[in-house]
Amino acid sequence: MLLAHPRVRTLLSSAMFALCAGFSVVIVAVLGLVTWFLVSRGWAAMSLDLFTKLPTEDLNNPGGLKHAILGTGQLLLMAGLVGVPMGMLAGVYLSEYSNDSRIVGPVRFTADVLTGVPSIVVGILGYELLVRPLGNFNGWAGAFALAFIMIPIVARTTEEMLRLVPDSYRAGSLALGATKSQTITRVVLPAATGSVVTGVMLAMARVAGETAPLLFTALGSRFVTFNPSEPFPSLTVQIYQYATGPYQGQKELAWAGILVLISLLFVLNLAIRAVTSRSIRSRVGT
Amino acid sequence: MKTPAATPVPTTASAAGPIRVGVAAGAPGVNMLDAIRRGEKVTGYTHKEVAGEKHVLSIHDFNLYYGKNHALHDINMHIAHGKVSAMIGPSGCGKSTLLRSINRMNDLVDGVRVAGEIRLNGSNIFDRSTDVISLRRRVGMVFQKPNPFPMSIFENVAYPLRIVGEGRRSRLEEAAEKALRSAALWDEVKDRLKGSALGLSGGQQQRLCIARSIVGEPEMLLMDEPCSALDPIATLKIEELITQIAGRYTVVIVTHNMQQASRVSDYTAFMYLGRLVEYGPTAKIFQAPALTETEQYVTGRFG
Repeated sequence: MLLAHPRVRTLLSSAMFALCAGFSVVIVAVLGLVTWFLVSRGWAAMSLDLFTKLPTEDLNNPGGLKHAILGTGQLLLMAGLVGVPMGMLAGVYLSEYSNDSRIVGPVRFTADVLTGVPSIVVGILGYELLVRPLGNFNGWAGAFALAFIMIPIVARTTEEMLRLVPDSYRAGSLALGATKSQTITRVVLPAATGSVVTGVMLAMARVAGETAPLLFTALGSRFVTFNPSEPFPSLTVQIYQYATGPYQGQKELAWAGILVLISLLFVLNLAIRAVTSRSIRSRVGT
Repeated sequence: MKTPAATPVPTTASAAGPIRVGVAAGAPGVNMLDAIRRGEKVTGYTHKEVAGEKHVLSIHDFNLYYGKNHALHDINMHIAHGKVSAMIGPSGCGKSTLLRSINRMNDLVDGVRVAGEIRLNGSNIFDRSTDVISLRRRVGMVFQKPNPFPMSIFENVAYPLRIVGEGRRSRLEEAAEKALRSAALWDEVKDRLKGSALGLSGGQQQRLCIARSIVGEPEMLLMDEPCSALDPIATLKIEELITQIAGRYTVVIVTHNMQQASRVSDYTAFMYLGRLVEYGPTAKIFQAPALTETEQYVTGRFG
């Protein structure tokens, strides 16, 4: 009956507001703290050398991370070339083609479960499938592991985004005599482009930060390589190795590497927002 | 096709067949709508003027089931070439269902079963050999809520041509202009063809959808309550448009608005609970219907 008093209700409302605002401030503060911490540590080691030099034997002057940056770039490219089309096509199937819940249900459930599989498990899978038969750690296995993580994410986000496209577009297209595949490629997918791209970029961002799967597959290397049949460098693994090593110079380089990685993810996130807001503005009508 | 009985007909259905109804307006006798509500088989009354027209579409003993629900009962109807035919009736009477059967859009609904024939220029559209895709190119459809694609105005109108492989810019531009002019939209959009179609007003969007549905030169145009989502001014423009394009196109329009039917159409069909009750020239249906039941509906005695 305390609630019957208007002053009590007003006070409760203000308290709730204070709680929400307070926690929001806390979150922003934490983010700010972490960012400051990283930047202050990593900035010291930042230089152009980071991007242009290879690691050296001199442990006090450890060189750069050029090999790792190129390595991550290549792994993302390879994983993306396989993961994105497969994921998108699976997403299209789930959304557009199958009406039979006996197929769709299990497939969707499987995809959902796979998005939660610990990445180290994926790494071990990659080891068994592509490292042991080939005899050595290699970039193919690394790309495979990353693609494996990527596919269910892309499939589910593509499916969800396609479902958001109004049925009236499909009906309109079919009534004009378009086939189902024409309807999908010319109307439905373009209508969902922004959001599908967002899903792809989110998957990329997730995968760019993975370390465990690469430890068992690509292993790591201190040389620039464009040959995926040998051990392959990556930013995340290199950071791990330097950070857990005993040499101060390398540790500083690790901080710089972290800064680069975080900046990459930050830029990716901004790009996601830019693409999404533009596509929302152009798709939403009267 | 069926002449009205001069005297009242028996009130009970005989085992031999359907009740022959066709009671003249105002005369006492069997109430057909009661018979329909009781689930008895009835035969609708079709005025003889319909037979005199050239027919582009013929519907024979057409039945449709949504799962167990018998939605359309023994529909027999001929649509006159080059005329506007309206379908009126209270909600749930099956007029939209019948319309959507003509271009087989009901195929997209799970659990739909049909019996009977619908012949477009002689060939049954439910034949196994019928190519549904080409059927839908020959029979255009405009929906209740305008549904332009999220593309430019030009791309919307060009869409039906692109999907059949027409890629030449000049052909597309020529056809788009012609269709937009026919839809009375050209002057309003000619300077912003590249603009998004979603930026148009509701009435303009619907006219765009009409342009899009006629650009492929279909034989028939189906319109499912095209004005019900629009304001009165937009409605008026579209009604004028329909009157203008009739003659070149055969139009079948479903409408909730009886006044619209009387303004726009040459023939009107009154449907009730999935049956065709009366079908004839619009003037007759609204001013001198053959059946009391029709008169009761068009004078607003029930809705």
